Amino acid sequence: MIEVKNIKKSFDGRVVIEDVSAQMKAGQCNLIIGASGSGKTVLQKCIVGLFEPDSGEVLYSGQDFTAMRGEEKTAIRKEIGMLFQGSALFDSLNVEENIMFPLSMFTHDPLKKKLDRVNEVLNRVNLDGVNKKFPAELSGGMKKRVALARAIVLNPKYLFCDEPNSGLDPQTSLVIDKLIKEITIEFNMTTVVNTHDMNSVMEIGDYILYMYQGRKEWEGSKRDIIFSKNERLNSFIFASEFLQDAKDMRMLEETGRIPNHRNMDALIGKGAPPPDLG
Amino acid sequence: MFTRPENHKMYWKEFIHQCTEIGFGSLGIVAIISVFIGAVSTIQTAYQLVSPLIPPSTIAQIVRDTVILEFAPTLVCIVLAGVAGSRIASELGNMRVSEQIDALEIMGVNTKTYLILPKIAAALLMIPLLVIIAMALGIWGGRLAGTMAGILSGNIYDKGLLEYFVPYNVIFALIKAYVFSFIISSIPAFYGYYVKGGALEIGRASTKAVVVSCILILFADYILSALLL
Repeated sequence: MIEVKNIKKSFDGRVVIEDVSAQMKAGQCNLIIGASGSGKTVLQKCIVGLFEPDSGEVLYSGQDFTAMRGEEKTAIRKEIGMLFQGSALFDSLNVEENIMFPLSMFTHDPLKKKLDRVNEVLNRVNLDGVNKKFPAELSGGMKKRVALARAIVLNPKYLFCDEPNSGLDPQTSLVIDKLIKEITIEFNMTTVVNTHDMNSVMEIGDYILYMYQGRKEWEGSKRDIIFSKNERLNSFIFASEFLQDAKDMRMLEETGRIPNHRNMDALIGKGAPPPDLG
Repeated sequence: MFTRPENHKMYWKEFIHQCTEIGFGSLGIVAIISVFIGAVSTIQTAYQLVSPLIPPSTIAQIVRDTVILEFAPTLVCIVLAGVAGSRIASELGNMRVSEQIDALEIMGVNTKTYLILPKIAAALLMIPLLVIIAMALGIWGGRLAGTMAGILSGNIYDKGLLEYFVPYNVIFALIKAYVFSFIISSIPAFYGYYVKGGALEIGRASTKAVVVSCILILFADYILSALLL
């Protein structure tokens, strides 16, 4: 489990994160959502230690990561895997070497064992036959999968994903989302995903933290988000046409009515319960 | 800043990779420049030595000392600041911008030690070697130009090379090469590692690294000459 307590971070006197606290449990996908510039990437970078928070604590399984130095911090980092927005694959290394890199750096396993592990994780992310290709030869979705394979190759306890679906088509996004979800459950990882993709929220979100202008505006589950009364959250999530349906479903369930321009039969066809007119 | 390597084998591999990049990657341009510098030195020295009282072998002495003391270490290192320095700055800059450095940090790798130290060590090993090669090629280029242009015969040139030879000049040249090697690797590494922004900033950082390195090389050249000669 990861606990974030009263994190504050500012750059050149401008406060970017203000007093954010959260609990991210193991075996579930914890999502940090919010508009661009809301501070979710900075928050994630504070959690993984790429930024030093001005104040507050980050606890990994109860250990205060922010107070750690040197080898203690390195030990925790070895339990962290991260999927970056731009994949961050090493350009000069091929797929196999990219994934093998953490194994070569931190283990003394023989080459055969390392290659077996590389093939195992590549197979886990449904990528076969690309071992010798270089990152420049891969599509965006393949790069993400290779980066995910590299992130999980050392069996980390914590998995961080920064905008895993950015630049991907909806179908590939769904594949990545499902992979993240499956891997989280399979290895009982504490997964933290930064996203503003509402499809991802509905697909994999177990715990959702909504950031607004550097502050925690709302937190809850996937179901809570649809029925939330928080205006800022509503205007963020229902900006998506897909989720407008959800809002109308909620209205239908609560009041038995829908907005005039909507077709009730179509909405019921999408899964909304028929209104109780009796 | 630098810490104990996480895995010596990986650091050794990176060191060898950098030796190849800096050493063999720059060998061609160093060879071309050195030969032509030596050749031009011979022709221009002969052009200036018009007195019949000065023996032709003096041309070889002048070419030898000029190449060893100045052209091989300083000029070659200025060229290397452009070739190797810009490569180091842009490589690290690209890694920074595309979050590859962050990825290494997250893995628990000390990025300064892993990415910068092998570059500095490789430069300290390979650049003095390149300077030695440049000395030999420069002197050979001078001989080639001298004989081809009919300025002096090969035998006289060889005789001149051995006259009044001061071995300390080679040591001085190597001291300069070591100092310049450190400048060529550390300054671009600094600018590349701390780049912020995108592709445009990588280009700017690379240019700035080369300019600063060249100025520092010239400045260090003056200081070392004043102190050690």
